[in-house]
Amino acid sequence: MSTKSKSIKSKTDFNQDERLKKVSNLKVLLNRPELGALGGAILVFIFFGIVAGDTGMFSAYGILNFLDVSANLGIIAIAAAMLMIGGEFDLSIGSMIGFAGICIAIPAIYWGWPLWMSIIFAFSMAVLVGYFNGILVVRTGLPSFIVTLAMLFILRGATLALTRLITGRTQVPGLRVLIENDPIAWIFATDSFKWVFTWLGSMNLIALRTDGTPLATGIPPSVIWFIALAILTTWILMKTRYGNWIFASGGDKNGANNVGVPVGRVKISLFIGTAVAATIFATIQVLDAGSADTMRGTLKELEAIAAAVVGGCLLTGGYGSAIGAAFGAIIFGTVSMGIFYTDVDTDWFKVFLGAMMLIAVIFNNYIRRKVTESK
Amino acid sequence: MSDYLVQFNNISKFFGKVIALKDVTMKLRKGEIMCLLGDNGAGKSTLIKTLAGVHKPDEGEIIFEGKKIVFDSPKDALDIGIATVYQDLALVPLMSVTRNFFMGREPLKGPPFLKTFDIEKANKIAAERMGQIGIDVRDPSQAVGTMSGGERQCLAISRAIYFGAKVLVLDEPTSALGVHQASVVLKYIVKAASQGLAVILITHNVHHAYPVGNSFTVLNRGKSLGTYEKKDISREKLLSMMAGGEELDKLEVELKEMNRISS
Repeated sequence: MSTKSKSIKSKTDFNQDERLKKVSNLKVLLNRPELGALGGAILVFIFFGIVAGDTGMFSAYGILNFLDVSANLGIIAIAAAMLMIGGEFDLSIGSMIGFAGICIAIPAIYWGWPLWMSIIFAFSMAVLVGYFNGILVVRTGLPSFIVTLAMLFILRGATLALTRLITGRTQVPGLRVLIENDPIAWIFATDSFKWVFTWLGSMNLIALRTDGTPLATGIPPSVIWFIALAILTTWILMKTRYGNWIFASGGDKNGANNVGVPVGRVKISLFIGTAVAATIFATIQVLDAGSADTMRGTLKELEAIAAAVVGGCLLTGGYGSAIGAAFGAIIFGTVSMGIFYTDVDTDWFKVFLGAMMLIAVIFNNYIRRKVTESK
Repeated sequence: MSDYLVQFNNISKFFGKVIALKDVTMKLRKGEIMCLLGDNGAGKSTLIKTLAGVHKPDEGEIIFEGKKIVFDSPKDALDIGIATVYQDLALVPLMSVTRNFFMGREPLKGPPFLKTFDIEKANKIAAERMGQIGIDVRDPSQAVGTMSGGERQCLAISRAIYFGAKVLVLDEPTSALGVHQASVVLKYIVKAASQGLAVILITHNVHHAYPVGNSFTVLNRGKSLGTYEKKDISREKLLSMMAGGEELDKLEVELKEMNRISS
């Protein structure tokens, strides 16, 4: 047959060097969606190293300060990134933070629950909210943008209304005294590696208070959670079957379904993930501040999504990395704190945030086009 | 009993008042390629979905390896070995060859509860399988998006075979491809059949179907116009059957008539 002989003749065309070379170049970019964010983070450090190197920003205390801010954002950014890779958005993260906060504070202060029980209660509520978001998106087929936007209003409104109904105000203070001897609270409220800082202080390597104790007392719990989550989620994405399902669900929902990926379950679990991450964020902050505020977490969902995008996640799903989102959060955290050490007015931070995100999206889009273009 | 691997006997499918399929019969032996030809709207999509277990036939029976079977879901069809490769291929362009190849069926390793995706093994198998088709995937972690349409088609077919397909249903595997790419895919289909698979090749392109098919079923408006062995039918005859040859003949006469009047 004529068709057959043609194909035999052209078999060698498949092994053309020109094609393989192109692929291997692309591969470098492809395997590293977090490349841009890593580069950005390094640039940010170099910039502040030059501009603010002698201001105390890079003292132990200064470093812990911007790491704490980065880590808080990072916890929710990582979860948002996982969900984005799975092809969905969660705009209710910020409202969930406020909601989780009062879920801890009201039972503990007004109902006399032990703190650990209210923390477990808050996490149970998070699972419920996440499940509800997920099942709504999966069952209705509506864009998650709309569903979770509705949840943004519902949760924030309910948080405010319930708090005022029960307490008559919008803030719930008085939690600090409950932390001591609580079997669970320490997980969200203890500084780690204190001995290192005590030792560094005793060697006069870091700044001390007037009473001789070091200014920086230990690694804040947010940083530990942040690092643990970044490692866990990266491992999940790269090394587990569930990770492959996340990429597949976000990349092509129907295709994934056709080959047996339980797309619905994957997406629901990721929505639960963002709600739980918001609750981790809330628990750390509530215990640190000793009080819950109904407005806590406002606009955090957008910062988390921005960090995920800067970290290389595509808005259309199927591509991205958790570690990239972590770098994205570090960029934002470092700049938001670092700007205090420079002469630049802090008002400019939001301008930077927006510009950074715009550049990232253009860059990501370019990569996506490169990848999906067939030859 | 017969030596047929799979038989679809008098399959009918109705959607409300619409008769999508009526009394379609197809029989396949191992190693055989049956081409299902039909123009747009002939009922090809409905038939594919019935074969794949998406639709349940309203009439007729499916006999696989001598046993009558009923599919409740696409998974049932897949489990007994009827694999359908749809036009969209179920490939994610942004994911690597390996991750696509094993999507939904990842090999695992490690202790219980801490099982991880065995990427080394998956890479090895994917590269090996693609190599057998003559596609040199030097790096199985390259994205599928960098592959050509023909290569993607081959990847999807190769995946179906690896996961135990006995009957391969291919939905328009060559429709989006150029001549060269199409020939590569067709060659691979012939090779797959020669290894003992039964292939149902759905296409509207007689020029692609004729060289590779052993038998041809023509579908028109939901009805089968018959199944022909290759020796019993010519390419031209197939073409005219498929396009509704009589209609075109009639059109030709009418056009002549019009020309005569206007001139």
